[in-house]
Amino acid sequence: MRHGKYPFVIGFLFVPVTLYVVFVIAPYAQAFQISMTNWRGLSAPQWVGFDNYRRLLDDGNFWKAVQHHGVLLLALPLITIAIALFFAFLLNVGGRSSGGQRQGVWGSKFYRVVFFFPQVLAVAIIAVLFQMVYRPNESGLINGVLMKLGFDPVLFLIKPNLALWSILAVLVWQAVGFYVVLFSAGMASIPAEIYEAAEMDGATRVTLFFRVTLPLLWDTLQVAWVYLGIAAFDAFAIVAVLSVDSGGPDGATTVLAMEIYRNAFVYSKYGYASAMGVALFFLTITFAALTLRLSKRESVEY
Amino acid sequence: MNPQSTLPPTPAALPQTGTRNGAGRRGKGRPSEVRLLAGLGHVALAVWAVIVIVPILWTFLASFKNTTEIFSSPWTLPAELRWENYARAWTKANVGRYFLNSVIVVGFSTFGTMLFGSMAAYVLARYKFWGNRVIYYLFVSGLAFPVFLALVPLFFVVKNLGLLNTHTGLVLVYIAYSLPFTIFFLAAFFKTLPSSVAEAGIIDGCSHTRLFFQVMLPLAKPGLISLTIFNVIGQWAQYQLPLVLLSNAKDKWVLTQGIADISVNAGYEADWSGLFAALTIAILPMIIVYAIFQRQIQSGLTSGAVK
Repeated sequence: MRHGKYPFVIGFLFVPVTLYVVFVIAPYAQAFQISMTNWRGLSAPQWVGFDNYRRLLDDGNFWKAVQHHGVLLLALPLITIAIALFFAFLLNVGGRSSGGQRQGVWGSKFYRVVFFFPQVLAVAIIAVLFQMVYRPNESGLINGVLMKLGFDPVLFLIKPNLALWSILAVLVWQAVGFYVVLFSAGMASIPAEIYEAAEMDGATRVTLFFRVTLPLLWDTLQVAWVYLGIAAFDAFAIVAVLSVDSGGPDGATTVLAMEIYRNAFVYSKYGYASAMGVALFFLTITFAALTLRLSKRESVEY
Repeated sequence: MNPQSTLPPTPAALPQTGTRNGAGRRGKGRPSEVRLLAGLGHVALAVWAVIVIVPILWTFLASFKNTTEIFSSPWTLPAELRWENYARAWTKANVGRYFLNSVIVVGFSTFGTMLFGSMAAYVLARYKFWGNRVIYYLFVSGLAFPVFLALVPLFFVVKNLGLLNTHTGLVLVYIAYSLPFTIFFLAAFFKTLPSSVAEAGIIDGCSHTRLFFQVMLPLAKPGLISLTIFNVIGQWAQYQLPLVLLSNAKDKWVLTQGIADISVNAGYEADWSGLFAALTIAILPMIIVYAIFQRQIQSGLTSGAVK
C-alpha cells in the first residue's frame, strides 16, 4: 500500500473537502464575523463589536423565541418519550409469554409500520396537512366533528396560548413512531433470561417495566433525549408553514430559526440575524453538553 | 419480609416467603393483570393508529370533493371521483413541476453525497497519512452546528458563485451538509471490513481506485443502502435551504416549498380541493415507497441513533 498512496488519497479527498470547506466551514466561520457588524447587504459591513448582542437582550421577539424553545425542550422529549416507551413496551413485552419467549401484543407488526410512517413525510408537508386538520371552521377535521356535535370550534392556531401546544402536538405526532422503533430495537437486545428471572421472582408487568426495561434502556433514552432536544431547537419548517403569520399570532409561536430567517431575508439585517444564529448555536451546544453531563450514569452491562 | 426474617430458616419457611412476596399475588393477580394491561394497551395502540391514519385518509377523501362538499360534509365519501382536482393541482398549481424538481435535485444530491461521502470515508478510515485525524474531525464537528448559524453567509457564498436560484447550487449545498453524517457513519463501517481482502487485491496488482470501486464498495453495501435511504428522505424533506437558495425562481422550486407556498398563500377563496389533491400527490408516493421498503427505511433512519 505504499507507492502511489498520496495521489490517490488527495484525489479522493479533494472534492468532498473542497465542497465542505466552501459551503459549510467558511459560512460557519463567517457567521461569527458578520454577527459583529451592522451589515445590511448594500454597503460594506461596519464593525460594531457586541452591539448586536446587546440589542438581542432588549428584543422581545428574541426572548419569546427563547422561551418557546424552553417549553419545547421540556415538553417535546417528555411527551414523546413517555408515549413511545409505553407503546414500545406493549409491542415487545406486553403480550403473553409463550414457551418462555416474551411477545408483543397482537398486531404489533402492523402498529409498528403505521406508527413509523409520519417519519417518512417532510415536516413542511405535515404542516400543510395539519393546517387542514386544525382549520377553525367546519372544513377542519377536528372542528368539523366538534361543530356537528354542537360544540364551538376550537381555535387551535389562532388562540395565542393554545397555538404553541397545537404545534407541539404535531411534532409529537410525527416523532412517536421513530422512537417506538428505536426503543423496540433496544428492548429486543435485552436478553429474555432477565425477564424470565424477574418473572420467576413474581415481578408484575409494571415492575418489569420500571426495574428491568427502563434501566437497561438508559443509553437509548439518552440518545432520544438529545435528538428530540435538537429538534426542539429547530422547528423552523413547522412554525413557518403551520402557524399564523409564520410565528404568530403576535409572536406566540415564534422560534429562533424563524427570527433569523425573518431578520435576514425579510429585513436584510444580516449582522443582527447572524448574532441570533450565534446565540442559537451556543444554546444548542449548552443543551447537548448539559444533557450528556446530567444524564451520565453507569450503564448496565448485560 | 420482616416477620419472616426472625423465623428460623427452616425448609418450610422458604417457599412460604415466596408465596407471601410474589407467588400468591401471581396466582390470583397474574391472568387478570395480563388481560387488563393487554386490553388497555390494545385500546391505546388502536387509538394512536387512528390518530396517525385518519388525517391522511381524510386528505385523500377531500382531494376528490369540491369546495362545497369539503365545507358541508367533511366526513362523508365524495359524491364522485373528481380527478380534475388532480389535473388542476398538477398543472395549474405547478405541483408536477415541483415534484419533478424534487426528483432531479434529490437524485443528483444523494448520488453525489454517497459518492463523495464514501470516497472520503474510505480514505479516512483505511489510510494513514498526515492530517487524517484533522480532516476527520473537521467533518464530524459539522454534526454539532445548526444550519441556521450558517444561513446568512451561505446565502452569500452561493450568490457570489453565481449559483443562487439554480439546482446546481442547491445540489452542492445538500451534498456539503450531508457529508458530516455520511462520513461519520461510513468511516465506522469501512473500519470493520477485513483488511485481508484489501491486501489480496493490492498483491494482485489492483490499483487503489479499482480496489475501492470493485472490492470495498460492494462489501460495504448494507451500510451504503442505509445511508442512501437516510439521505434521500432527509434531502427530500428539506424546506429551509431551498426556501433561501431558490427564493426567486418559482419554476425551480422543490415539492415541500411549492406545497407550503400554495397553503400559506391560500386566501379564503382558495382552491381547497386542489390543495388537498396537491397534498395527496406529495403523500401517496411516500406511502407506496414506504410500503415496499418499510424494513430498510426503518433501519436506515434509525441507524444514526443506534450507532
